[in-house]
Amino acid sequence: MDLLTFARGPGMHWATTVFVIGVLWRLLGMLLLRGRKDLSEPRSTAAWKGLRLIGLRSWPRKEFLGGTAFGEIMGYTFHIGFLVALFFYLPHILFFEDIAKSVIGVNFKRVFGFAWPYLPGGAIYFFSAVSLAALIAVLVHRIASPVKRMLSNFDDYFSWFVTIAPIATGMLAYSHYGAPYPTLLGLHLVSVELLMLWFPFGKLMHAFTMFLARGVQGVDFERKGASL
Amino acid sequence: MSAIVADRQGEMPDAERVAKATQGFLRDFGRTAAIYMESCIHCGMCAEACHFYEVTGDPKYTPIWKIEPFKQAYKREYGPFAPFYRMLGLKREVTEPQLEEWQHLLYDSCTVCGRCSLMCPMGIDIAGLISDARHGMARAGLVPKELGEAAERGEREGSPLGATPKVFKERIAWLADEHEIQIPLDRGKAEVLCTLSSIEIMKYTASIVAMARIMKHVGADWTFRTDGYEATNFGLLSGNAQWQKDMSMKLIDAAIACGAKTLVLPECGHAYGALRWMGANMYGKPLPFRVLHISEFLAESARSGKLRLKKLAKSATFHDPCQISRRGGAVEAPREVLAALGVELKEMFPTKGTNWCCGGGGGVVAIRRADALRYKVFKLKMDQIDDTGAELPVTSCSNCRQTFDDGQAHFKWDKSMNSLLELVADNLIEA
Repeated sequence: MDLLTFARGPGMHWATTVFVIGVLWRLLGMLLLRGRKDLSEPRSTAAWKGLRLIGLRSWPRKEFLGGTAFGEIMGYTFHIGFLVALFFYLPHILFFEDIAKSVIGVNFKRVFGFAWPYLPGGAIYFFSAVSLAALIAVLVHRIASPVKRMLSNFDDYFSWFVTIAPIATGMLAYSHYGAPYPTLLGLHLVSVELLMLWFPFGKLMHAFTMFLARGVQGVDFERKGASL
Repeated sequence: MSAIVADRQGEMPDAERVAKATQGFLRDFGRTAAIYMESCIHCGMCAEACHFYEVTGDPKYTPIWKIEPFKQAYKREYGPFAPFYRMLGLKREVTEPQLEEWQHLLYDSCTVCGRCSLMCPMGIDIAGLISDARHGMARAGLVPKELGEAAERGEREGSPLGATPKVFKERIAWLADEHEIQIPLDRGKAEVLCTLSSIEIMKYTASIVAMARIMKHVGADWTFRTDGYEATNFGLLSGNAQWQKDMSMKLIDAAIACGAKTLVLPECGHAYGALRWMGANMYGKPLPFRVLHISEFLAESARSGKLRLKKLAKSATFHDPCQISRRGGAVEAPREVLAALGVELKEMFPTKGTNWCCGGGGGVVAIRRADALRYKVFKLKMDQIDDTGAELPVTSCSNCRQTFDDGQAHFKWDKSMNSLLELVADNLIEA
């Protein structure tokens, strides 16, 4: 079995299985714990309004911006570049549509009335390059900053690696650089599978937990009238 | 990491101390704490919000780092993948020396002010996790000496600073006589139960007289009670959850005994958090009375027209006590009172929810070995107040006030912190 056949077949199958079970396991491991009812008299009876913290905390308050601007800007840059490449590159869209059709029998165009928009390959290449550069800047900052270096462990560096690898291999595959295309595509798919395999176990899970934590803090603090 | 020698209470093997610390930390662990523990991405941004990091630049003061051993314990013992971590040896066991090393971070250099919780881009309430970690440290007998002793005295004598019921009763009699004012004590029935902090009873006695004058002025049906007067809660500050409950229950029982509809908390930050937000959870059901901070009571009285005040032709700036303002939600009440006093309010930057802590909260002011670090933090506060150009610094927390008095003496500062309560009492329009 060659690399591409493995990556398209058993590799993708097992990575998806571990991803789905792992994410559910970790989420349920938190959500099924008991929640403690707060018996204090609330200041606000509309505590749910605290859910606005999910959006509010996407950018720091002006008082905190000075020391965090670099991290915020680089963070947004690599996330946006990564997500644009993931969701607006035609081969990726065809891949997702294929899964949606075969697993849940849904056709994007039939549901939404328009085709999933995509960007030209050159634009995707640009976004990927920007994301790649921002990720390198983020790594340099992690190593150079005494605070981040002290906090960092295997998870931080490995999560960085499995995030940058699909971008780098994707760019190589797009430009047909360094090896035959099937090998580059196989490498790209394997790097994606590595990301999926690691996702539930490390900090990449913040893609889910971030919304939960912000929501929980928002509701708790809003109930007290505390600052958000 | 730290050259500071940790304090220990009790004799027990190291392994037992570690086990107790872990149990104490995980004791009340539920969904919320687990979500927080699973969400950190090690971005380090919380450091930017912490006054201890701000003034030292030392990475060890990064707020989330202060709970590192407890994160380790959680992942190994309790998290969704705990069995795998243990089986594969991916997370080491927490050690006793590690916990001793962290005592400085969890107590000396954290006022539990909660500024970091507002910074965290993931939305983790880091200050809440610090309190959980203190539960673990207290159970393991790893609390700084002064905090441990004050908590023990509070539990045994009813007050951490020696304001026993007998001392309190004598002090009330003396103040009533000295100031020729009636201070009701131990009334069987009263609408309002007033409480005090030990600092007020032992040091800022003018606050007791001020409270009596204001209660008389607004025509309140009120009392102090010797079975529930001490709102200071060193059980909370030290992390001893049982003692915290015992101390809160005295106030709750006293309020119920006299049929109070309102319990007024004194100018004390952590007392507000302890009773206003944690009291009912200690009691196990909703409290049958309202809990108000004195600044909220004053604001309510001003709003209803019962509180009539002379206008002060001065400028003032308000120092927000963290547990009342940022974490407690009573942000505007003191400002309403200052407006009623007619002062020109010159806000600090930052202010309200993001105001800098004075550095003495969370029990830090009681820890002698933390003084040098606390003064560095206080300098930040001093500069912030100087920058406003206001004539009167005002606050509504006697613990903050004590920190300011100490800082003022240390730096020979030309400003003194004022009590909002006393300022109001000094400017009542007498009928």
